[in-house]
Amino acid sequence: MMSSSFNVFRVGISFVMMCIFYKSAVDALPELSPQKFFSILQPGKATLAYFCQADSPSTSVFLEELNEAVKPLQDYGISVAKVNCVTEETSRYCGKEKDLMKAYLFRGNILLREFPTDTLFDVNAIIAHVLFALLFNEVRYINTLGDLQNIENALKGKANIAFSYVRAIGTPEHRAVMEAAFVYGTTYQFVLTTEIAILESIGTEDIEYAHLYFFHCKPVSDLTQQCRRTLMEQPLTTLNIHRFIKTMEAPLLTEVAEDPQQVSTVHLQLGLPLVFIVSRQATYEADRTTAEWVAWRLLGKAGVLLLLRDSLEVDIPEHANVIFKRAEEGVPVEFLVLHDIDLIISRVESNTHMKETQEYEDNDMEGPDMDIQDDEVAETVYRDRKRDLPLELTVELTEETFNATVTASDSLVLFYASWQAISMAFLQSYIDVAVKLKGTSTLLLTRVNCADWSYVCTKQNVTDFPVVKMYKEGENPVSYAGMLGTEELLKFIQLNRISCPVNITSVQGAEEFLSGELYKDLITYSRVSVLGLFSPTMTTAKEEFTEAGKHLKGCVITGVYSEEDILILSDKYAVTLPALLLARHQEGKIESIPLANAHAQDIVQIITNALLETFPEITVENLPTYLRLKKPLLILFSDGSINPQHKKAILTLVKEKHLDSLTPCWLNIKNTPVGRGILQAYFDTLPPLPLLVVVNLHSGGQVFAFPSDQAISEQNLLLWLKKVEAGLESHITILPAQEWKPPLPAYDFLSMMDAAASQHPPKKIPECTKETDVQENDGEQPEEKSAIRNEPIGTWRIKHWSRSNWFGEAKKSFVYDNKEL
Amino acid sequence: MGLSAAAPLWGPLGLLLTVALHPALSLRSARAWAPRHHRDYCVLGAGPAGLQMAYFLQRAGRDYVVFERAPGPGSFFTRYPRHRKLLSINKRYTGKANAEFNLRHDWNSLLSHDPQLLFRHYSSAYFPDAGDMVRYLRDFADKLGLPVLYNTTIAHVTLNKDRRAWNGHYFILTDQKGQAYQCSVLLVATGLSVPNQVDFPGSEYVDGYESVSVDPKDFVGQNVLILGRGNSAFETAENILGVTNFIHMLSRSRVRLSWATHYVGDLRAINNGLLDTYQLKSLDGLLESDLTDLAIVKDRQGKFHITLKFFLEENNQSADAITLPQDESDNFAMRVAYDRVIRCLGWNFDFSIFSKSLRLSSGGEFSKKYPLVRASYESKGSRGLFVLGTASHSVDYRKSAGGFIHGFRYTVRAVHRLLEQRHHSVPWPSTQHPITQLASAIIRRVNEASGLYQMFSVLADVVLLKENATAFEYLEEFPMRMLAQLESITGRQARHGLFVINMEYGKNFSGPDKDVFFYDRSVGHTEDAWQSNFLHPVIYYYRHLPTEQEVRFRPADWPLPRPTAIHHIVEDFLTDWTAPVGHILPLRRFLENCLDTDLRSFYAESCFLFALTRQKLPPFCQQGYLRTQGLVGTESLRQHGVDSGLLRDYAAVGRRPGDSGQQPGSQGPGGQPLAPGPPVQHFDSNKEEL
Repeated sequence: MMSSSFNVFRVGISFVMMCIFYKSAVDALPELSPQKFFSILQPGKATLAYFCQADSPSTSVFLEELNEAVKPLQDYGISVAKVNCVTEETSRYCGKEKDLMKAYLFRGNILLREFPTDTLFDVNAIIAHVLFALLFNEVRYINTLGDLQNIENALKGKANIAFSYVRAIGTPEHRAVMEAAFVYGTTYQFVLTTEIAILESIGTEDIEYAHLYFFHCKPVSDLTQQCRRTLMEQPLTTLNIHRFIKTMEAPLLTEVAEDPQQVSTVHLQLGLPLVFIVSRQATYEADRTTAEWVAWRLLGKAGVLLLLRDSLEVDIPEHANVIFKRAEEGVPVEFLVLHDIDLIISRVESNTHMKETQEYEDNDMEGPDMDIQDDEVAETVYRDRKRDLPLELTVELTEETFNATVTASDSLVLFYASWQAISMAFLQSYIDVAVKLKGTSTLLLTRVNCADWSYVCTKQNVTDFPVVKMYKEGENPVSYAGMLGTEELLKFIQLNRISCPVNITSVQGAEEFLSGELYKDLITYSRVSVLGLFSPTMTTAKEEFTEAGKHLKGCVITGVYSEEDILILSDKYAVTLPALLLARHQEGKIESIPLANAHAQDIVQIITNALLETFPEITVENLPTYLRLKKPLLILFSDGSINPQHKKAILTLVKEKHLDSLTPCWLNIKNTPVGRGILQAYFDTLPPLPLLVVVNLHSGGQVFAFPSDQAISEQNLLLWLKKVEAGLESHITILPAQEWKPPLPAYDFLSMMDAAASQHPPKKIPECTKETDVQENDGEQPEEKSAIRNEPIGTWRIKHWSRSNWFGEAKKSFVYDNKEL
Repeated sequence: MGLSAAAPLWGPLGLLLTVALHPALSLRSARAWAPRHHRDYCVLGAGPAGLQMAYFLQRAGRDYVVFERAPGPGSFFTRYPRHRKLLSINKRYTGKANAEFNLRHDWNSLLSHDPQLLFRHYSSAYFPDAGDMVRYLRDFADKLGLPVLYNTTIAHVTLNKDRRAWNGHYFILTDQKGQAYQCSVLLVATGLSVPNQVDFPGSEYVDGYESVSVDPKDFVGQNVLILGRGNSAFETAENILGVTNFIHMLSRSRVRLSWATHYVGDLRAINNGLLDTYQLKSLDGLLESDLTDLAIVKDRQGKFHITLKFFLEENNQSADAITLPQDESDNFAMRVAYDRVIRCLGWNFDFSIFSKSLRLSSGGEFSKKYPLVRASYESKGSRGLFVLGTASHSVDYRKSAGGFIHGFRYTVRAVHRLLEQRHHSVPWPSTQHPITQLASAIIRRVNEASGLYQMFSVLADVVLLKENATAFEYLEEFPMRMLAQLESITGRQARHGLFVINMEYGKNFSGPDKDVFFYDRSVGHTEDAWQSNFLHPVIYYYRHLPTEQEVRFRPADWPLPRPTAIHHIVEDFLTDWTAPVGHILPLRRFLENCLDTDLRSFYAESCFLFALTRQKLPPFCQQGYLRTQGLVGTESLRQHGVDSGLLRDYAAVGRRPGDSGQQPGSQGPGGQPLAPGPPVQHFDSNKEEL
């Protein structure tokens, strides 16, 4: 078994190797004997042959370059061969000495040219020379200005000219011109020179190592007239020439009468923008002249169209006279009002520049965009910014009105900052509260924008946002410390309507208080009412309770009873004074808690604990209060209300004190849909409900699931919990314990500044900074934090270079090549 | 020199000053028997800076007194500027209600708690009259009940060593009557009071700015030469431009235009009418030459000729025989005879009343007119002596606004805070915040703080991180070049790293020869923010408090030593840095990466999910949700969240089982990299050509 698999492996390898071999054979330079070589020459087909001594070294710089030229030459239908001159069949092409070996170009079996190998110094030179020789008629080589003028005169009214200057024959630019001539040589007369003087005499400034002009001679009818010339501004690469010529072929000016968003011309396909000159019938003649003028200026940079708006159904802004359409798909057209033709030109030119830099940046960024908002609060508030809130339902306070308002009436004040997302998210809830309370409350709902009234907020000790404070006459302002949401704030406001604690003066009143009759409308906000019972002499205890009641104001209804007939109540509920009576309205139960020597904090604690339920339905709002207990959670997930059987089982276990080390609770997916997200985190796919889990949040993060094939009964549950506790159950998952790290890196301005300082004055072209970025990071400060974005510079550079498949359709991405090649 | 806010009190008239010197000397002996009044703080001068300091001392309930030579406050402004128009703008409307923000554009008011004591209630002119400033300062002193001893000329200040004294010595001040005052701390706010005079042959023929006629009629049909090239020179020229034959202005340096240098003390556009006429070929002109090489010769007609000192030394003869430059070079620019020569060369600090024992020396090469002080405004020579106001401008001369009311009102406050900590153990005021409020705290300040804005690159806010970076303390307007001494100056601890929030112009933007209107001068992209040119917030992060050495040997052109990381908030045309993506988001990313944590905010529902599915929570959930202060949000916001992909619609989960696989529980809500851990890289496989 072992050996057989090994064999399979070997077969795999040899197969791969064969593929490589086969592939390389296709492009490799065929080696032939002279006889064989001459026998395979086909009539009309060009062949480049290198004759060499059979015993010459099989590798040389020239052969390497030649090898590389095989594939591109094949694309032009030119085959390449290496002919080994063996002694027995010498050929006249075989040189006498090793050093004098040459390459020969044949068409059929006719010799066209011979090349000393040093003229074919690299792959560019090989291709340039070979094409130059083959395209002898298509590409006219000239030495003087007179030659150029003769050609120009001869072609007026007949054909256009592509005139190029290259610094030398065999350069990459020369190759690019020849390659273009191969394609377009029959359509245009190509003219080539290496004489810089010719270029100077036709008025080129800033002469670089290569230039290409398009002479528009075909439309010239008058022989005394000069051909118009368009200079190609991009560097001479095959791709650029191709694109340039394509735009020269396109009509100079097109008239359209359709939606500019729908119009498409060859320019867009070449990645160039379109400029529409908007015209009306009344000004048509003048507009056409302008448009033609613009078109000449933008030839090779953008397509220019004349848009007749009279017959157009699409809505164009009244004053727009120019429409700009970018080459990128899906970008809406821009309507512009430009009163100067130069502005149109500069608009196009700056746009091409911008596009280049932008694409560069997109390209070298690789990872997610740092400028994309990943803060859910900020993003949602931003998306909601245009909605009009009914702000008028709350009173906006100012420096002048603040004091007068909060002293004149009981007021709730929201301190917020209009630029802060959290503030603005909460403002919506606050307004919702105002909507719900409209016309029912005596409390004045107000707000202060701290972005405007900075000093007011500082004076009220508000330095963080948002903050809600309640101002009541004769009382210190109370800060709201609950959830920043409508329901919780509403509860706070409602419970603040009554004083805390309420002074109850009759036994009947006390009974009504405990039964919930007294504050019928409030018990929906406070599930529990707390009544403190004191004999009239217990002043200290009463004071402590009163203080606790004030502290709990807004969370729970508290009352105090300390009349002479207190014994009626203490007897009825069988408590020793002082004591608390806790009325749980939903369950209709009244509990009693003795209060001997308790301080205010203790009382607060007692009441807060009493507010916790034994088996609560866990919600987004109440989870934090239960998490404070720091116990593992036993959660029963339920789709809809809980099965009474399950509830009973758990409550029984609670009663029997089996669940003291846990916080038992249940979660209703219908009320708290995010529960699905939790289940997904535990189980990957949503399991059928109901389902019971133990989540050990505070130590270890293990999650245990109660077996779904068992019924949730007291016995099963107890057994399972014991096994979990004993470590006999295996967890289904462990909650991840990762720290919350920065979601994305920040801009490393320090390195950018270093780079600019160490090199040249700050440049806007990002490649410079990026390049040095890396060097700096490597060299100078290895101790700096990894906060910093390192650019994978090598990779993107290579990407640009490898874009050699040049005759592929010119797409938008071509923009890069302007710079790189 | 900007007259707008210079606040010297020690007699603008040079003559009077020299007179005052003599009684001072003769009173030396009198000091021995005069009973000494002790004060903890003595303020010299009731100009804007003196009154500003008095206000803070008053509010803090300190034992102090202010000495003022004149019968009322702000005596400088009773005479200067001579043509009465202040250059400090009185911008009464900004379209904003924020009073702190509005101080950014109020160059005349002093700081106080009383909104009635704002200068805009005193003048409606954009460039107000100096008389209004006098009225304003008088009201400021009176309404706030600041105890100023008027008509009290302190003629001599000396030092008396005493171990019991706060600083090891007392300052002994003696007034014109021989009354001596003993002060623990001396606060010198006397401004620049001595007109700057250059000594050259013929300088006696020159009219001084302080006494030259301001009536244009006196200059009708005259050829005028003005020495100097500051605002007082141009102000003088402006006044007579229409009636003279021509005005020539001569000074050593080229004209420095304040809109090119961003320094309010340089030539303000409001005064530059002469530049306009010079460049529009209207006979007026500017010339550059060193004044000390000059000589002025008066001819028989009483006209003045310019020549070189060098020629005078050659042959000391009568006026007609003296060689003039045009004798040798007949196209010499100043070959015409002048009817008048006016000197407008600015002012110097009056060092004469301070005894040598105080070792109060003049500033460096470029700020000779100012006394030498540390970045804390304390004299380098004697501890406990602070220089306030215009005279303290050596700290930021030609850089920021410390020589002007709108700048030194803040530096005075900084000095007061320093004193409160040093002598009364009242630490530098600060506010405490949870770390989740860090971006908010910074955004709030950079958008409204006037001290940061006016005293850019001098005063900076400091954020001191608490242990584990869960909370921070925010200190305002600390003199940033004292950063190394922050703990002793403020009484606060900086053990766990700090941020410094500064405002800066672009490094190569401002300068006398700079074209500040060049095309493409504004930066819009957040990643180019470091190239911002206009004033913009810059935040420095240090893991440790820099040492004194590091501050002293900081890189050239840097206000602070090299930080661990730096952030520029991109410049904003409206100076409103509240754009969620353009300003706040990059700031948050910077803070997050410095603190190595996630500072995003989350709705309660997200925190709920994290609480039950992860062992750790992001700070926002810890400090908000877990303390039952979670942000619930409304339904419409939730919907936006779902639309944006940042929140998930859990109600829909499970109905389409297909999407559950996409969202493994280890991720945050939504597919975005909400969860901690390395950011998700999006490699687009379609881009195979890349």
